[in-house]
Amino acid sequence: MTEIETPSTGFEYAPAPESAAIARLKQSYGIYVGGEFRAGRGEAVKTVNPATEEPLAEVAEASEADVDDAVAAARRAYDGAWSRLSGSARAKYLFRIARAIQERGRELAVLESLDNGKPIRESRDVDIPTAAAHFFYYAGWADKLGYAGFGPDPRPIGVAGQVIPWNFPLLMAAWKIAPALAAGNTVVLKPAETTPLTALTLAEIIAECDLPPGVVNVLPGGPAIGQALVEHEGVDKIAFTGSTAVGKQIQRSVAASGKRLSLELGGKAANIVFSDAPLDQAIEGIVNGIFFNQGHVCCAGSRLLVQESIHDEVVAGLKDRLRTLRLGDPLDKNTDIGAINSAAQLARIRELSDSGEAEGADRWSPACTLPDKGFWFPPTLFTGVSQANRIAREEIFGPVLSVLTFRTPQEAVDKANNTPYGLSAGIWTEKGSRILWMANRLRAGVVWANTFNRFDPTSPFGGYKESGFGREGGRHGLEAYLAH
Amino acid sequence: MRPGTDAAVLPDSDRDDATLRRFLHGLPGVDQVGAEGRAATLATRSIKTTAKAWAIDTAIRMVDLTTLEGADTPGKVRSLCSKAMRPDPSDPGVPAVAAVCVYPDLVETAVQALHGSQVAIASVATAFPSGRASLATKLVDVREAVAAGATEIDMVIDRGAFLAGRYGQVYDEIVAVKEACGNAHLKVILETGELVTLDNVRRASWLALLAGGDFIKTSTGKVSPAATPPVALVMLQAVRDFAARTGQIRGVKLAGGIRTSKEAVRYLVMVNEVAGDPWLRPATFRFGASSLLNDLLLQRHKLSTGAYDGPDYVTLD
Repeated sequence: MTEIETPSTGFEYAPAPESAAIARLKQSYGIYVGGEFRAGRGEAVKTVNPATEEPLAEVAEASEADVDDAVAAARRAYDGAWSRLSGSARAKYLFRIARAIQERGRELAVLESLDNGKPIRESRDVDIPTAAAHFFYYAGWADKLGYAGFGPDPRPIGVAGQVIPWNFPLLMAAWKIAPALAAGNTVVLKPAETTPLTALTLAEIIAECDLPPGVVNVLPGGPAIGQALVEHEGVDKIAFTGSTAVGKQIQRSVAASGKRLSLELGGKAANIVFSDAPLDQAIEGIVNGIFFNQGHVCCAGSRLLVQESIHDEVVAGLKDRLRTLRLGDPLDKNTDIGAINSAAQLARIRELSDSGEAEGADRWSPACTLPDKGFWFPPTLFTGVSQANRIAREEIFGPVLSVLTFRTPQEAVDKANNTPYGLSAGIWTEKGSRILWMANRLRAGVVWANTFNRFDPTSPFGGYKESGFGREGGRHGLEAYLAH
Repeated sequence: MRPGTDAAVLPDSDRDDATLRRFLHGLPGVDQVGAEGRAATLATRSIKTTAKAWAIDTAIRMVDLTTLEGADTPGKVRSLCSKAMRPDPSDPGVPAVAAVCVYPDLVETAVQALHGSQVAIASVATAFPSGRASLATKLVDVREAVAAGATEIDMVIDRGAFLAGRYGQVYDEIVAVKEACGNAHLKVILETGELVTLDNVRRASWLALLAGGDFIKTSTGKVSPAATPPVALVMLQAVRDFAARTGQIRGVKLAGGIRTSKEAVRYLVMVNEVAGDPWLRPATFRFGASSLLNDLLLQRHKLSTGAYDGPDYVTLD
């Protein structure tokens, strides 16, 4: 055969960065209260780009007095026009917001990647579309609440105080705001201190959609502002997504206050791979389970439980796959792994990873060059991990996977459940009956079968045990915002 | 039954239906949703500037420029051959394609037309495209094509036998055709559009590799769907895994329905990230296509000049 024997020169992807100008960054941001944007009376804080450590903008954060104002504005809106609106009228606002998020999707995606450090591929293909999908979905419920299974005429609760984390800044805002408004509540939202920008752009969108003043208020600020909001007497309902430690504090502080509470906290999910799994897809699922969003995912599949008979094959396949992950500029469209959100989080990931090594587990990362500036951590795999190691028990919230083995389905269930958390789990097997058998025994709010980290507004999400209570998404997600 | 070339994978030299079934059905399953998801994610890679230029030239070098029509004539084939050698008469920098692909009776014409060039001559054989003929007839078809000068043979498997579970028969036919090929390289067409499931694609891929196929090829181009991203993904995984177990690098050819540079570049991304560098060359990866070449030329010109040409600025064939 006449072959054209030219050696391959290798396929090097040229940089394909999205322009940062699309984000329409402003020099300064403030708070959104009672339908008005103004500077908060708290600290002026610079929010930085975690990929470069350069400041993006200055945020004039809320003070406790601003919390009072926001809660009062939310109360006025609730007692005024909003609670008298029909469900179909509320739906119109929600549909309008959903469409506006889509229209400004590119801007929001770039802004999210700048502020958070996540790859543009994820903010563009997951965060922003799913945020819009939540508004669309709950818009549909707004005039059908009587059919949601919470009685013929469920009522809103009142003013909801919502505190959200930095890992999915816009998406978490959507998860919180959409069901609350659909059910007829008004909200005061506090975005995370390191990632306030997309929530403030969402406030702009909400203002442009002509929502009555005070229906949605956004208060960037630190933990003290979160605490002030949680403890505020004018708030009827608290929804919190974040760490288990803070969740416990919140639960203590609202005890006996009569406030309704839902908590979505940490996790240490088991991703369970049986020997009869579709292996190529399982390896994709493992990668997506722990390296999606740099592992900054409460439901991340951070513990890989692999059947001992295929351990070596799976680990070899995983290593090959990890070698193809592209770490770097979050705005490059070909980036798979972006920056760690903050120096504090990076320090925690480093500390826990070092403990894994110190406790005797084998650490491995693909050869990859970390940028000089910014907060970066390579995708990391620990093998030879035992159930007693800290990296198998504590939430790392970073791109670090602990590999453990099991022999029988019962042992897999026992090990998966042997954690104070219970947010999610994954099962990989071609045997349908085993999926059902496992799912019935796993103490986790979400059980994925032959997939992982799939999010859909129609599907309820939430935890068992120290991963929290209450559900977000789906029909179930309405319950947190309805009195019945 | 004849022993294959890869005792390391399947040591039993009795490659009968039962043994082959145990092996093929013991391969890990393919989850269709997951495979489609992975293919879709790979399609979001953004290939620009220098990377795009490299990919387009590489894709041109990987094209098996094909005409497989009842209306084919020596004139048509000669015209195709001159296009294969110099795809763009106005730009000698454009590389030649890998091969031309014609029916057996036109191989001789192609041999004359391509004389002195590096372009290989591929011929479909074995009662292409349906494969519904006796083995003896198929082997005559192959021998005639090789005798006429074909350096590559694109055979079709007996999909009926495969779907009926007669794996031994499919295997034996491939072994026999391989033998009839002599020095010609054998591409085994699975016709994945008729196998339907990705599990079948994986099994047929391994069956063809075990039987000694030098390439596994998606389709005849006569059945829809032809090459699709999930099918390409599964076939690339098969040659990757086969190489890992035997050390032998076998090729993949995607054929049918690939018409745009964008699709070709996406497939090269898939080759790069799923199989890896050893498959990023014409010896191990091909596109069976006709209209794809012109789109690659248009995109190539656009990259170098910044402006799109009209369709009349590339030759019809």
